Amino acid sequence: MRTYAGHSTARESNALYRKNLEKGQTGLSIAFDLPTQTGYDPDHELARGEVGKVGVSIAHKGDMHTLLDGIPLGEMNTSMTINATAAWLLALYLTVAEENGVDRGALQGTTQNDIIKEFLSRGTYAFPPGPSLRLIADMIAFTVDEVPKWNPINICSYHLQEAGATPAQEIAYALSTAIAVLDAARERVPEETFPRVFGRISFFVNAGIRFVEEHAKLRAMGQLWEEIGRARYGVTDERFLRFRYGVQVNSLGLTEAQPENNVIRIVLEALAVTMGRDARARALQLPAWNEALGLPRPWDQQWSLRIQQILAFETDLLEYPDIFEGSVVMDGLVSEIVDAARAEMATVEEHGGAVDAVNYMKTQLVESHRARVAAIERGDLKVVGQNVFTSTEPSPLREGSDGGILTVDPAVEEQQKDAVTEWRSSRDQSAVDAALSQLSEAARDDSINIMPATLACSAAGATTGEWAGALREVFGEYRAPTGVADAAMAPDDEALSELRDRVETVSEGLGRRLKILVGKPGLDGHSNGAEQIAVRARDAGMDVVYEGIRLTPARIAQAAVQEGVHVVGLSILSGSHLELIPSVLAELRDAGVDVPVVVGGIIPEADAEKLREAGVARVYTPKDFEISRIMGDIVDLVADRNGLAAAPAAA
Amino acid sequence: MTDGAALGRRLREGDRSAAPAALNVIEDRSPAGRSAALELLAEVSTAAMKGEAPAHLIGVTGPPGAGKSCLLSALVAAWRAAGRTVAILAVDPSSKRSGGSLLGDRARIDHDPADDGVLIRSTAAGMRLGGLAPPTREAAEALAAAFDVVVVETVGVGQSETDVEQVCDTVAVIVQPGSGDTLQFLKAGIMEVPDILVVTKADLGDVALAARRDLAAALRSLGRRETPVLAVSSLPPPSGVDELVAALDAHRAALDLPAVRTRQRRLAALAEFTFESGERALRALGGRREAEKLLAAQDPALSVRDLLAVLEQQSR
Repeated sequence: MRTYAGHSTARESNALYRKNLEKGQTGLSIAFDLPTQTGYDPDHELARGEVGKVGVSIAHKGDMHTLLDGIPLGEMNTSMTINATAAWLLALYLTVAEENGVDRGALQGTTQNDIIKEFLSRGTYAFPPGPSLRLIADMIAFTVDEVPKWNPINICSYHLQEAGATPAQEIAYALSTAIAVLDAARERVPEETFPRVFGRISFFVNAGIRFVEEHAKLRAMGQLWEEIGRARYGVTDERFLRFRYGVQVNSLGLTEAQPENNVIRIVLEALAVTMGRDARARALQLPAWNEALGLPRPWDQQWSLRIQQILAFETDLLEYPDIFEGSVVMDGLVSEIVDAARAEMATVEEHGGAVDAVNYMKTQLVESHRARVAAIERGDLKVVGQNVFTSTEPSPLREGSDGGILTVDPAVEEQQKDAVTEWRSSRDQSAVDAALSQLSEAARDDSINIMPATLACSAAGATTGEWAGALREVFGEYRAPTGVADAAMAPDDEALSELRDRVETVSEGLGRRLKILVGKPGLDGHSNGAEQIAVRARDAGMDVVYEGIRLTPARIAQAAVQEGVHVVGLSILSGSHLELIPSVLAELRDAGVDVPVVVGGIIPEADAEKLREAGVARVYTPKDFEISRIMGDIVDLVADRNGLAAAPAAA
Repeated sequence: MTDGAALGRRLREGDRSAAPAALNVIEDRSPAGRSAALELLAEVSTAAMKGEAPAHLIGVTGPPGAGKSCLLSALVAAWRAAGRTVAILAVDPSSKRSGGSLLGDRARIDHDPADDGVLIRSTAAGMRLGGLAPPTREAAEALAAAFDVVVVETVGVGQSETDVEQVCDTVAVIVQPGSGDTLQFLKAGIMEVPDILVVTKADLGDVALAARRDLAAALRSLGRRETPVLAVSSLPPPSGVDELVAALDAHRAALDLPAVRTRQRRLAALAEFTFESGERALRALGGRREAEKLLAAQDPALSVRDLLAVLEQQSR
């Protein structure tokens, strides 16, 4: 039982962890900020607005010492949500343990380390797929003997569902990722060690609101996993064949409208992964009711922890053997999902396995998500409080002066910038330089394990940005496929064709086709929303320049100028909108671009007001689920700005 | 109203900051937009430039996934390191149903937003079936006045090279190892032999080597053994990029540029005339052969628009 937590500085997160441990939490789940996740120091240009925002900023071993101060590492089970820079954060953790006199062998925990889903969904990758997979394989080979209780990788189907995956896709892409990782690891460990490696692979899955089907999904996944272990890898030991997984229940289905209903959704989703003993989660993590509004406060997290405690200690949930044993309905559902997942895995295999199939899988996910969003828009998929039963009494939960969410002090960023400069000037620079050049050498030679050199950098006091920077030099930069170009067209319906007519009319008036720039400023990689906007804009007949993720304000302005767009659409979910959006507006002004800017994201109303004052034409939040209406707004904004007669309004 | 002539003059004087506005004008299909565009183009015409624009116009084409964007990233870096300014026109197909398009190449081509020596403009091919839309040719013409290198990047194998050839001095076709399309199209004569063939993903080793060997063999059998086939890897450590830059330069250096560009303008005018006025109008001129003769008799410096006017006049 734990809650995903961490924000601002190492010191504040440390205080939060200690408090949570006192409340009965039994492990740590560390959330890192985006610069730490993508390998940039707090003073890097791309880190602007993101330092300490969605998690804690850890730039070197000093920060890690502060973060873990007074926490008994030998007794902790620590889960770190870290991927591209997992090798580095594990090295910092090991360094701190060692410097505190804790034996590596006693350390327990998990590094998420699933890079494929970063390419597919979450966007916090740093290196190209080949070298990324090598880092994972190196960590597996290192930990299996050196840190034997550590789970070096936690394959995440979680984010695939967030990106739109159906149950079969979720299983197929996660298991295909596991196969790619295991194939790479097999080349780096002795044959007799391999079954233990297989046994250390764990999964991080998602549980959605269709909780009966979701339970069947987990049973199906366990069945397929065992099959892969036996057939593909020749594992025979039952202990190593067990499908081990942790869960964070679905955030995708949590609504901004009537957010108190989310508590009920969370309870039902938690049931999906705990009902049947044969497919019960080993670790459960629940989101907070207000995630669609902003960052949860400690009280919100406590509420989620209490849900778990009530399920475990008040109900009779844990008292029976598997309650679905012998159920014809459950068995039928499971075998249906198994068959569909198997077919999809075969398709991934045809594309050359998970690494080569990233583009294929991404396109499928964009397509599934498009179908889901469209179903909600049409009302075929009912979401209470959002597209049905929408009238509501005012919620007392949101009446506090904080508006029901946590806000991070923007001063944190300045503090961290100064702190990292201070750190760099107070260490033995020649030792750092030597360790970094040793790291580059190891990176260049595929036969050397990256971990010893990484540990040397950590011990010498190198920073997160320096470690990742050295590897970027050798491995190169990478931009993942967006999946939007090959996404299928939306089926024609009346709303769409009416929209197209309006786009045609306005384009006619403009002299050329209405052109929109869609992109994501900052380090936030959750691109699902931006992708849906881009695809729908194309389907509505616009020319869409899709710039993808991780854009600096300067790059957005340059694209707007060079591409001659009529409107700019920005998406940002990390909460750094107040820092980033105004600087994008300033850059656009400096570049002489006078076009409407619309923004979408998890933006509290008070912030939305500030953004509008700064010059943003429209602000959209998760409650604006009707993309057609957003498109209509955009057409009107462009018509208005260019002095064209308003396009005919919706009938 | 936009002053097309002023934008054209700025481009002619090498003011690259005029390029985005110039492209907006060229893409504008309204009557006012068209007349501004014609004024603009007149300022960068061969006559106004007192000779052919010195830019190297390069066509880069190949199937989706062949590695065009990666290759262009590496080429842009190499050209910029040599102090040459670069404009890229990235042409993507339009959706036949909605008329819209998703233009994703910009995101995939590495460039420094602070560097004003690189311009990337994504354009949709438009609803016209096959071939480059007229704005692309005109955009290339305008950019050639202000940039050292102008790249026209298109998707496809088989058909689109022919159109790119009417715009560019040098056409490079990008081939992904392991896919046999280009080889088949070359052998079957479906596709013209390009000026340069580039095999990407040389880091794949044997597969890339085999692809290169097969292409070289096909060229020999077609009697075109002098056509360079290069292997390039854009992944670090990059290889073959300098050789490709040299091969592109060598091809261009060997051209009789005025003759090539004059021929291109005449072909483009004829293609445009046929598209706008149809085969019937072509017959009114006495057929394709007669039309070609008519064009050949014109001043070599005449622009595509002027040549088109000659054809239209004659066909009435």
